[in-house]
Amino acid sequence: MGIMKNLMAATALATISASAALACDISARVNIVGNEFPAIQTVGAGAQECSGGEVKTNLTADHQKINLAGMQGNPAEYTSAIVANSSIVNLMNEDVIRPLDDLVAKHGADLKKNQLITINGKIMAVAFMANAQHLVYRKDVLEKIGMDAPATYEDMLAAAAKIREMGIMENPIGGAYKAGWNLAQEFNNMYIGAGGKFFKDGSAEASINNAQGVAALNMMKSLSEYMNPDFLTHDSNATNAEYRAGNVALMNMWGSRAATLTDADGVSQEVKDGMAIAGPMTVAGGSTPATTLWWDGWTVAKNISDAEAEATFIALTHAIRPEMLNDKTSTEAVWLIDGYTPTPAATGVFAAAQSGSVPYPMLPYQGLLHTALGAELSDFMQGKESAEQALADAEAAYTAAAKESGFLK
Amino acid sequence: MRHSTFFWFFLPTGLAMLLFIAFPIVSVISQSVFTPHEAVFVESENCGPFGCTTETTIDQDATAALREAKPLGQFVGLQIYLDRGHLATSEVAAAWRSTDSMGAFFKTINNLPFYRAMGFTLTYTFTVTPLLIILGFAIAVAVNSLHRHLKGLVIFFSLLPMIVTPLIGSLILFWMVDSRGVLGNFLQWMADDPDLSLKASTGLTWIMLIVYGVWHSAPFAFVVFYAGLQTLPQDTLESSRIDGATRWQQIRYVVIPHIMPLVTFVALIQIMDNFRVLEPIIGFNAEAHARSLSWIILNDLNGETQLLSSAATTSVLTILGVSILLSPVLVRTWRDFNSKA
Repeated sequence: MGIMKNLMAATALATISASAALACDISARVNIVGNEFPAIQTVGAGAQECSGGEVKTNLTADHQKINLAGMQGNPAEYTSAIVANSSIVNLMNEDVIRPLDDLVAKHGADLKKNQLITINGKIMAVAFMANAQHLVYRKDVLEKIGMDAPATYEDMLAAAAKIREMGIMENPIGGAYKAGWNLAQEFNNMYIGAGGKFFKDGSAEASINNAQGVAALNMMKSLSEYMNPDFLTHDSNATNAEYRAGNVALMNMWGSRAATLTDADGVSQEVKDGMAIAGPMTVAGGSTPATTLWWDGWTVAKNISDAEAEATFIALTHAIRPEMLNDKTSTEAVWLIDGYTPTPAATGVFAAAQSGSVPYPMLPYQGLLHTALGAELSDFMQGKESAEQALADAEAAYTAAAKESGFLK
Repeated sequence: MRHSTFFWFFLPTGLAMLLFIAFPIVSVISQSVFTPHEAVFVESENCGPFGCTTETTIDQDATAALREAKPLGQFVGLQIYLDRGHLATSEVAAAWRSTDSMGAFFKTINNLPFYRAMGFTLTYTFTVTPLLIILGFAIAVAVNSLHRHLKGLVIFFSLLPMIVTPLIGSLILFWMVDSRGVLGNFLQWMADDPDLSLKASTGLTWIMLIVYGVWHSAPFAFVVFYAGLQTLPQDTLESSRIDGATRWQQIRYVVIPHIMPLVTFVALIQIMDNFRVLEPIIGFNAEAHARSLSWIILNDLNGETQLLSSAATTSVLTILGVSILLSPVLVRTWRDFNSKA
């Protein structure tokens, strides 16, 4: 009996290690740089299941500060960068990632067509998850004031006014309005929702100082009057903390953070039970939701040997194979992987995709406009200058940066 | 000292200075007068999880050819120095022409990133430096008069602010002054204003940064002055006491003249440090209210698209700014040195 037991255990072990080895066998080094949120941790750990070559990961919130420098050398330090549709642009501009067509043909049979990011006819990245900002709210609070989940930002303002009037919360709206990247992203959302276009057709010349830009800024200002007065220092983490503490009833939040929002220690039962998710809102009578769609995916570096590129591709394809989906990983993201069934936490992102939201633009110069907006809009939010002046400043700052980068003459 | 002895003695230092000071400055200056090549755009069809769109992308082959021909990029001379992100000459000239009062002129100038950053940087440097010297001196005199058993302990605690990493120190204070934090709540109670928020007011944010700067750097001045006090000529001090000098008179006419060279030294180091103020702005998330030259450099390097030429230009301007600020002190030291020799 004892012998049988040992034998069975040994066989089982052998089978497990054999199947793992069969599933992912690589012959060169792999080094991945990327962001640190749970879904990307899962992908990194998946790649590290591979054997035959060393697999290193560097998953950090500062990934964008190091990925370019780490891929510009020859040979590159990182064989792969995990990026989103905004950050792939920088790597494309500097020509440090390679086309993946031949590797997809050889090893990518399991990948779905819509996972392949194709630029100018070449596959440049493999997407594994989608993301979007959408409404997160407290259904118990909205029940108290007798209103439904807001579908427009105007409804959101009305609900906030009522919550404050009834004395339920002093500052019921939350928002990641921290000066810099976050503030610019909220402007992008609102500007797209108001029907604005960032650039003159077919040119790199910014055109945001218009009626839609002013409408977007005025809506942001109105919302900020129902926010914690420190809103210009609040990023997504601080906004989530306000929500967890029960100080906020309505906020526009990232789908990738919504699933784990109330999992932290010390969140009251009331906040846990009251949490609800809905799709993104529209603004100023527009039909396009005031949000943007995002994908996260991986790339393969250009300045590495073909063997390393192949090993990287195999390891990361293994990390996002359909079998990696289970009860735990399914809630971490809206996976684009075959066989993924949406969890309740994913409803906001799905609603965003189905209601005609637009993806964040992948233009070579969009990042410069984003940075310029982040630096110049805070004066308006503090009431120090007019909306027109803030938009003119952002355009001027962008123009100087775009001239320097060779995007404008 | 023989010339050959001096040469071999100085060689390692000279090499290190060349490698770590001169070369980086040359590299920064050359980066500031070159910019990337003009981008060659192509219209391309891009597809992904959300469908296909026609978008502008960069023509990699054409750009690679340009880079191959001229690896440094295009030479633009002082163009970056004069653009809106830096000295903004044409914007300043336009503001001068279009405004009719000095107030309106300065308001327009203050809207330009470089001048706004200079405004904060100079205010910070010229309030923090004298305040930290005064505070450091006061602590040094106080500690020096303590009983010797207490000194060690008090010195250790006085040094703590300098030991704490600036980024961490400012972050901890940032949480404490939050309107829901310990200090923030206390200030609201003091001012009898439940809506008071330090982080939402530009004036209070500046004061908070300055107080933090003094708190962080005072220990440095304290340590230097305390060391100076140990060499105080006891005879002079004693004779002044016999002459009936009060404690204040002893400090004014004996102690201060004795440590004056150290005051110059501390001022020199601290002006340099404070002109490069960065960590408190990051730690306090204060970029909406206060920006420094170093913050501009970091922002240029941290954006989704790096602006290397712009960052290099601001670096050169920072070096120039530090040199201008230090020149009076350096000239004075040079004169003292010559008069002694």
